[in-house]
Amino acid sequence: MEKGTMKKTKSKSRRVFLTGDGAIAEAMRQINPHVVAAYPITPSTQVVETFARFVADGLVDTEFVVTESEHSAMSACVGAAAGGGRVMTVTGSQGLAYMFEVLGVTSGLRLPMVMAIANRALNSPLNIHGDHSDTMAMRDMGWIHLYSENGQEAYDNTVQAFRIAENPNVRTPVLVAIDGFQTSHMVETLTVETDELVKKFIGKYIPSYPMIDIDNPVLYGAADRPDYYMEHKRNQLVGMINAPEVIQQVGKEYGDLTGRYYGLVEEYRMEDAEYAIVVMSATAGSVKDVIEQLREEGVAAGLLKIRAFRPFPADEVAKSLSRTKSVAVLDRCGTGGAQGGPLFLEVRTALYEEKSPPQVINYIFGLGGRDLPLRDIKDVYLRLREIARTGKRGKLVDFLNLRE
Amino acid sequence: MKKQELKKWQELPIGGLILDMGNSSETQTGDWNPNRLVWNEDTCTHCLLCWINCPDASIKVENSKVIGIDDYHCKVCGICVEVCPTKPKSLEIISEEVA
Repeated sequence: MEKGTMKKTKSKSRRVFLTGDGAIAEAMRQINPHVVAAYPITPSTQVVETFARFVADGLVDTEFVVTESEHSAMSACVGAAAGGGRVMTVTGSQGLAYMFEVLGVTSGLRLPMVMAIANRALNSPLNIHGDHSDTMAMRDMGWIHLYSENGQEAYDNTVQAFRIAENPNVRTPVLVAIDGFQTSHMVETLTVETDELVKKFIGKYIPSYPMIDIDNPVLYGAADRPDYYMEHKRNQLVGMINAPEVIQQVGKEYGDLTGRYYGLVEEYRMEDAEYAIVVMSATAGSVKDVIEQLREEGVAAGLLKIRAFRPFPADEVAKSLSRTKSVAVLDRCGTGGAQGGPLFLEVRTALYEEKSPPQVINYIFGLGGRDLPLRDIKDVYLRLREIARTGKRGKLVDFLNLRE
Repeated sequence: MKKQELKKWQELPIGGLILDMGNSSETQTGDWNPNRLVWNEDTCTHCLLCWINCPDASIKVENSKVIGIDDYHCKVCGICVEVCPTKPKSLEIISEEVA
């Protein structure tokens, strides 16, 4: 996001106090989707509750489908989107896991819907608090992933997500994630644009092959034998390949209207950073605070925040990190037996082609809502400085704020 | 019917959709079965019980007379053989080696 580039617009935006959930619900009210099918689950319950109130108060024209499960919610969304509607749902954690079977149907049929997620840990043990294991488990289901640092970004990403998903070159579902509780339940001051601006920005939805167009019949969800499945999966990938350009275009256009610009990644003090942390969502805010402290102490610390995790912005990541000496990737998700957390694997792979790549280490943090104190983030930077000084990397994957 | 030409991935409609109406006959649903159905013109009485019972419309009929089997769509389920009233049966399943 570029700073100090606030452009004068005719419309008057509002400064409001909202939770992250409230910010998403407010965006949904302004977007006024044709259909919302949802089954509320902590920590995104408030989005569904607030939106249900908007429906009851007649503030939206949405057909609000109260389903008996998340599997049904996503299935109803598939039907509504194939029918030709602008569709949205909300979930997280076990709910997202329960949707899993239908997630691939949505992306395989190239249905441009938007799903808001308040990230939450997966069972077992049962835990209602935030971490990224739910969306990381579905990272290869063909959905575009946008991660939000705070309520403002949750609002902005929700609005932009429709433009990205519905772009004729993309036509791929988009999920907008916020950190459960840290963002979903935290009341923040944020800017809400006027209803007119949002309405104009997202525009009228033109479905590509609506099933309810009886003059032009179309079949959705046909079976493939081995002679066509691969060709269809390759065809599906086109949307994902076209997505980065569209995400950046939409982010720029949104910035020109609101003063808040978005790209695939956000660089914070990276221009001269020697030691960098790569992280997604709310934790980026804490890291920025630590960077300011460290900069005063003369430590060249920087942050690379990933906004679009899928498709993964490998070129941007490599370009940004290749100038650094050492990098720590913070994964809010376990490794599941992989060589590291999902974000770490992506970042390290992105750097493989570099001539002299920085040392890259991985920390697992914040599982099940575990706090990440600023001193721990500071320690990460100090270790990165030590790695750069001695050339000794030490442990590749470690945990932060774990009793051991 | 000529062998289907397989399309490249660039030539396919978005999302695996099928945009043409009534094109299911283009899919040769009968090509996987190693067995084959044969029809005996000499014993057939053209009662058309086979035609009315066939789930895949694979009994070829012209002017109310059976003229043959559509091997591209016949899955050799054997329903026609079951319902055939002639003795001996006018429809028979033979294995691929014999065919």
